[in-house]
Amino acid sequence: MNAPQDTLPVVGTARPHESAHLHVAGAAPYVDDIAEVQGTLHAALGLSPVAHGRLLGIDLDTLRAQPGVVAVFSAADIPGANECGPIVHDDPILADGVLHYLGQPVFAVIATDRLAARRAAALAKQVIRHEALPPVLTALDGHAKQQYVVPPMHLKRGDASAALAASEQRVSGSFSLGGQEQFYLEGQISYAIPQEDGGLLVHCSTQHPTEMQHTVAHALKLGAHRVQVVCRRMGGGFGGKESQSALFACVAALAAAKLKRPVKLRPDRDDDMLITGRRHGFEFQWEVGHDAEGRITGVEIDLVANAGFSADLSPPVMTRALCHFDNAYWLPAVAAHGYCARTNTQSNTAFRGFGGPQGALAIEMILDDVARGLGKDPLDVRRANFYGTSECNVTPYGQVVRDNIIEPLVARLEESCDYRARRTQIAAFNATSPVLKRGLALTPVKFGISFNVAHFNQAGALVHVYTDGTILANHGGTEMGQGLNTKVAMVVAHELGVRLDRVRVTATDTHKVANTSATAASTGSDLNGKAAQDAAKQIKHRLAGFAAGKHGGAVEDVRFGNDRVLVNGLSVPFDELVQQAYFARVQLWSDGFYATPGLHWDREKLQGNPFFYFAYGAACSEVVIDTLSGEWKLTRADVLHDVGQSLNPAIDIGQVEGAFIQGMGWLTTEELWWHPQSGKLMTHAPSTYKIPTANDCPADFRVALYDTQNPADTIHRSKAVGEPPLLLPFSVFLAIRDAVSAVGDHKVNPPLRAPSTPEAILDAVDAVRAATAEA
Amino acid sequence: MSQAHTSAPSASGGGPAATPDTVRPVRFFHRGEIVSLDDVSPTRTVLNWLREDAHCTGTKEGCNEGDCGACTVMVGELHGEHIAWQTVNACIQFVPVLDGKALMTVEDLAKTDPQQPAAAAVLHPVQQAMVDCHGSQCGFCTPGFVMSMTACYERHQALGTQPTRQELADELSGNLCRCTGYRPILDAGQRMFELPVQRIDEAPIAAALRSLRNEPPLRRPDFRAPRTLADFAALRAAKPEARLLAGCTDIGLWVNKQFRDLGEILYIGEVAELKAIGEVDGMLEIGAGASLEDAWSALSRHWPAVREMHLRFASPPIRHAGTMGGNIANGSPIGDSAPVLIALGASIVLRHGEAVREMPLEDFYVDYMKNRLEPGEFVQALRVPLPRASQVLRAYKLSKRYDSDISGLACGLWLQLDGEIVRDARFAFGGMAAIVKRAKGAEAALRGHAWNEATLQAAMAALDSDYTPLSDLRASDNYRRRAARNLLQRLFLETRPASPLSTKQISVWSDIV
Repeated sequence: MNAPQDTLPVVGTARPHESAHLHVAGAAPYVDDIAEVQGTLHAALGLSPVAHGRLLGIDLDTLRAQPGVVAVFSAADIPGANECGPIVHDDPILADGVLHYLGQPVFAVIATDRLAARRAAALAKQVIRHEALPPVLTALDGHAKQQYVVPPMHLKRGDASAALAASEQRVSGSFSLGGQEQFYLEGQISYAIPQEDGGLLVHCSTQHPTEMQHTVAHALKLGAHRVQVVCRRMGGGFGGKESQSALFACVAALAAAKLKRPVKLRPDRDDDMLITGRRHGFEFQWEVGHDAEGRITGVEIDLVANAGFSADLSPPVMTRALCHFDNAYWLPAVAAHGYCARTNTQSNTAFRGFGGPQGALAIEMILDDVARGLGKDPLDVRRANFYGTSECNVTPYGQVVRDNIIEPLVARLEESCDYRARRTQIAAFNATSPVLKRGLALTPVKFGISFNVAHFNQAGALVHVYTDGTILANHGGTEMGQGLNTKVAMVVAHELGVRLDRVRVTATDTHKVANTSATAASTGSDLNGKAAQDAAKQIKHRLAGFAAGKHGGAVEDVRFGNDRVLVNGLSVPFDELVQQAYFARVQLWSDGFYATPGLHWDREKLQGNPFFYFAYGAACSEVVIDTLSGEWKLTRADVLHDVGQSLNPAIDIGQVEGAFIQGMGWLTTEELWWHPQSGKLMTHAPSTYKIPTANDCPADFRVALYDTQNPADTIHRSKAVGEPPLLLPFSVFLAIRDAVSAVGDHKVNPPLRAPSTPEAILDAVDAVRAATAEA
Repeated sequence: MSQAHTSAPSASGGGPAATPDTVRPVRFFHRGEIVSLDDVSPTRTVLNWLREDAHCTGTKEGCNEGDCGACTVMVGELHGEHIAWQTVNACIQFVPVLDGKALMTVEDLAKTDPQQPAAAAVLHPVQQAMVDCHGSQCGFCTPGFVMSMTACYERHQALGTQPTRQELADELSGNLCRCTGYRPILDAGQRMFELPVQRIDEAPIAAALRSLRNEPPLRRPDFRAPRTLADFAALRAAKPEARLLAGCTDIGLWVNKQFRDLGEILYIGEVAELKAIGEVDGMLEIGAGASLEDAWSALSRHWPAVREMHLRFASPPIRHAGTMGGNIANGSPIGDSAPVLIALGASIVLRHGEAVREMPLEDFYVDYMKNRLEPGEFVQALRVPLPRASQVLRAYKLSKRYDSDISGLACGLWLQLDGEIVRDARFAFGGMAAIVKRAKGAEAALRGHAWNEATLQAAMAALDSDYTPLSDLRASDNYRRRAARNLLQRLFLETRPASPLSTKQISVWSDIV
């Protein structure tokens, strides 16, 4: 194995993912790889064939008569709450009375094998009797009908209208921004196995085991202590397995409880995409006032999100969008209005960034427009609007930005990527290139870390030291590839001064650490790292006390390091001390707990201190577009990103790069397309929904971490890394817009929508050409 | 599912001599032994067999349609004394197709000691490089990447070469990763050649495959795999209702996604004569059973301008399994082969029993998914005229993603130039109508005229009456119309007599193709 496994210190070094050696050998089990218990049955879901309708009945007899079918369940069979919504109770497990979208689960078929279940469930169109109702398929249609999943939200500071009226210049604009499918490579899956005394064990690919435990318990009218949810690892989550895994957990659990047999539910990829929600698409419309330098004096904006048929996590997603509309900029007067439009489509949900990227991209579009209107370099206009460090440093929601490093970070990137010289070179290229145009953009990121709901910001952990000196750690976070278990193991090893290979982290299990929060909002290692450190510290203190008692010296002088314990001039191997401590009846395991300090949030007024700190970053992207076809290519990207003092630079770089490419996919190739009449999502598989491939990773990709300590007291002064870098590829989208703009000599704001498919780019090119010809 | 393993490959088995008319088990090499399956369904996928029957869960299901690569496995065939390994998508390959071949999965690479935990396994250089370079995050796509990289590794080790980073990216175009952003995987693809060499031990596999050669052609209830063209043609004539199966790349989806019952299957993949590609009478003849990879490679050699189309056509695993004959017979209005072949003036050779007929490919398509195949008839070959002087060909493909994406529109544009005069033109577009179809109006606007801005404009205008495209998830009618016109303009800019533009000036892909 890798040499660094045995080197010390642990924290701050590049270590491979704890499962890397298993991943590459196909030896890392996911839920579907768990050996099936004898008698296991398989479930499949029958989906609504219409986008909106009244459910009149289901021909259950036809379904029951299908080969291999053991049982069929519908809403009427659910003993408890037919409900799996995380906030508002408007999310049925199985459709009841109303069909809300095409793809909504209406019934579950349980059969002896998966194919038989799928074949029977595919009869949905024949067996579901319904009366069609007119669907609402777009956010703007829902907004026009004032049809919302929660009341509109307003984030205001000052008098935006008055500020606009008093501004030297005013510009209005609009922007259409598509949603995004998580496309976790491992689809949704739950495997429920009945246990003694009415209990259930559910293996579930989920970011939120505790919420799965609760929804299953409510649906089955069980106490939470009878439901055990376990997740060793997910094949990707990205937010798509936070609330959206509940439906599958509930159906598998329902069938297992009813039939007293193990039941597995693994929807096919197409069904997964037809059933579950994704990143919210947004429509923006704004008016902005600014001065001659491009400094914003006032801005008013409508943010209309497609929430889908139910609330799900749309309210906090919209809150985060509103709280990130400022991105890195001081907005003296602002009125931002958030509308979560109800439509007859999948219920949109969490996806890496959780509304933050959508809100922040809006202000970047606005500044891009302002810069073009003034004939200035967009970077200069951005810089003119950056938050200050001692003044102009209060967010529209009232939090003081105390850790602002955006100016020095951007300055460093601007220099290292040779921004100004390349700007000149690109202008020269464009002047003589008839078909291809190049574009460049440098965009900043400021991203707030913490759940906007204060009470989610807590975590627990368990650390066991065994008598042989090996250590088992467990915590409330889930592993979805982000390297959380690796980081937690490193924190524990570091705290106890031992080799990393002494520590193993095991499956997240509601029977071990209770009442956990979702592994979301980038908080996984902040929260669980601190909780595990707390547990390790307690063990360390007990061991230190024991060592000092045995060997003399002061407790506070005992040192743990290099796999040994230094006490009163004596160096004792860690495992030896542990062995001795056990015989002396010292408790060698401990729980640990952490709650993020200083957070408060007024959900009604959208004011408070919702974030513990901010993470920063910036990226510069260069693209080339084809003005005949709309094809484009990213030729170079430079990234400088702030993760505080990195716990594991290899993992952090991996998160930054992965987020960059994923965010680029969202803004470029990943187009969601619902049939305008039927409302069926037609891009429901990788054949039609196109996430980036290896060829989309730029050949020239320069990624660096901005080396600095987090001023906030986080785990080893690190910063969260999951979501913030997803905003870096704004630079790709804006570079494409810059290249389109070159067609009109940068005089016209290109009406470029996202995702900027070749069609969207050609539309924008043609619009710029038309507007230029008119002028 | 009953399954018998014989630990040592036996010469021809000890049982009663099998004859071509006897049903026999499907036999293939897997994990050091010959697997013999005597009641496997003809449409059981290799992936389901691996995961559910063989309990080898290292290979993952991501999409069940051959588009994500999580299920990538290697299939080995005896080529002379050596084994040729190719990647395929296990999720859409049927088990009987493995007959006589070797199946290798991610579990077969590391050298494991059964006495030791998995952590102690000695990883294969591909696997070790992935660990060293942090090439896995969630790990779910990783087995598929490892297999694609292993196939690449073996091929290059055999030749003593190393792939460029660009070649690696092309090799991996059928493997989706949602976590890493690919950079560390591409790093690993280079790093794997720096580690101590470890090759597949081919001798025992080759011995097993040689022994399997003695088996008669596979015959199963509802599955026949004749080995000679004559047998195949006779069987096809006798069973006009049977389903022809070539690469499984489309039919696999009928089974996995639509639950279609295929009835009796006639598998074309064992007929060596149909895999041949050769030059006959100034024509490139591509057997209907030749893989897409082989067929596109041959076309690219003669017409370098189609190389981009070749690299962007689906993904390596799909190009290995799928056939150009199947792609043409399938007749998708957006299939990328037909526009290029029609523009080149290709013809299609059809066969019924002993009777062979040939027609221009453009006449083969009648309407949406309808062609001129008669009952009992099948596609035997495609014939493409070899390049001659003064001819110009361009193949353009527009899609949302560079790699492995179905075209919004694609075209083959062919010109016969005589100085500045266009003597002849053949323009064929996919994605613009219910079938791949020539742009007769645009061609006529050019034929006999000087190749200049005015004739270009006339041809572009004529395209509007040549096609009435539809809107769908891939592109709107409006985009298709404008882009088709613009592609004619691109052709002009690239091939005009006066100061033509270079590929570098005209294509965003020029650095990578």
